[in-house]
Amino acid sequence: MNIPENLRFTKDHEWVRVEGTRAIVGITDFAQSELGDVVFVELPVIGKILSAHENLAVIESVKAVSDIFAPVAGTVIKANEALSDAPETINQDPYDKGWIAEIEMTDPAAAGSLLSASEYKAMIKEGD
Amino acid sequence: MQGHKTPLYDIHRMSGAKIIEFGGWLMPVQYTAILEEHRAVRERAGLFDVSHMGEIKITGRQAEQLINHLITNDVAKIAINQVLYSPMCYPAGGTVDDLLVYRLALDEYVLVVNAGNIDKDFAWITEQAAGYAAQVKNISDKVAQLAIQGPKAERILQKLTLTNLAAVRYYWLQRDVSINGTSCLISRTGYTGEDGFEIYCNANEASSLWNAVMEAGEPEGLVPAGLGARDTLRFEAGLPLYGHELSEDISPLEAGLGMFVKLDKESFIGQEALRKSKDYGLARKIAGVEMIGKGIARAGYACKQDDRQVGTVTSGSYAPTLDKNLALALIEADLAVPETKLAVDIRGKLVEAIIIKKPFYKRRME
Repeated sequence: MNIPENLRFTKDHEWVRVEGTRAIVGITDFAQSELGDVVFVELPVIGKILSAHENLAVIESVKAVSDIFAPVAGTVIKANEALSDAPETINQDPYDKGWIAEIEMTDPAAAGSLLSASEYKAMIKEGD
Repeated sequence: MQGHKTPLYDIHRMSGAKIIEFGGWLMPVQYTAILEEHRAVRERAGLFDVSHMGEIKITGRQAEQLINHLITNDVAKIAINQVLYSPMCYPAGGTVDDLLVYRLALDEYVLVVNAGNIDKDFAWITEQAAGYAAQVKNISDKVAQLAIQGPKAERILQKLTLTNLAAVRYYWLQRDVSINGTSCLISRTGYTGEDGFEIYCNANEASSLWNAVMEAGEPEGLVPAGLGARDTLRFEAGLPLYGHELSEDISPLEAGLGMFVKLDKESFIGQEALRKSKDYGLARKIAGVEMIGKGIARAGYACKQDDRQVGTVTSGSYAPTLDKNLALALIEADLAVPETKLAVDIRGKLVEAIIIKKPFYKRRME
């Protein structure tokens, strides 16, 4: 299971890459593998203001509909439009081309309280 | 996770399948990926473990009369060694289950029923059997069922048997077929919209049979296929799934299964109610729906026209072979006409959709 060291994680299997005051968000390799083939992504509207844990996007696999939550509070400034035509990118490249949205964080320090790679790894192991 | 295990459960676990609970059973939903397994069945072949399905044996002098009293189709019309698809109804016309009847002899039949309905069906059939010279027996635990489906199914299975499979026609069965030395009952039936066979054997011989078929099919690209692909395949082929397109609340006529309801045969359970609903005209029908806007309609979502609810989605999915988001929905009958525009309420958003013909997919006959 691929868990990059430079990212932060949530208990709901989202990842966050912090770049200054911005957080780029996606779902983890573990999450995409659990979901199976992703066939539809409902992207957030640009400009949407979210509190942490609020609904950010919806990912649908063949069998299931899954809510994706905002790991941190902020404003959506970008959404990965390429996923509309190629939702399978989330399966193929969850940490790079499969990113979902970029959030301008209300409180950039809040990202520090998210799980580290080793904490996330331990959490997945426990669930096994 | 708790549930019944089929005789092949350990094989599925060892092959890395993802296991889910379905109708009280622990079943493989996928081995690699649903889309890949779906495509394999359409283009080559897939092997399914469907041992969760139930088998109810009915024997005796009045077995045929009992079955014809229970089901809406006419079992008197089929020959020995033929298979019949039929709904089974309640007096009010709602559906107890949909099933296959295997006519093994004039006084010997096997009903193959849905996994989640085994106990309910057995109780219902036993109750109705009072007064008939017929014995009803639930043999589900002793029987395993595999399904090999896809254009290469016959070629693969033929490697393991001397029985000429080309001679087994659609919806016919053959008993005592030796497949790799295992005695099986086979029928040319399935739930995928493709050619193929359903294979019944003793539960304790299922593992060796599974392994033999998988090995024989390797050159043809046979893959194990799970319930996920089984559902998308049957959905594209417009085949109903009990609990979705058929239920205690949905009659076979509403489900579009009128050709399996023989109102003119001798009396059967639900006949009066079904005839009345046909004479009055159906209020609602299962129709095919194609999403025009972005989104996937899922079971339970509301279908609307000008903010008025006109129906409910019964099954909805991305349809892999057609590369479209499609649905089956129970909607007001006068709207169940191709080209009718409607909207599906997807998480509070009204998404544009249109009624289309079903089935969505039909295989090309050679």
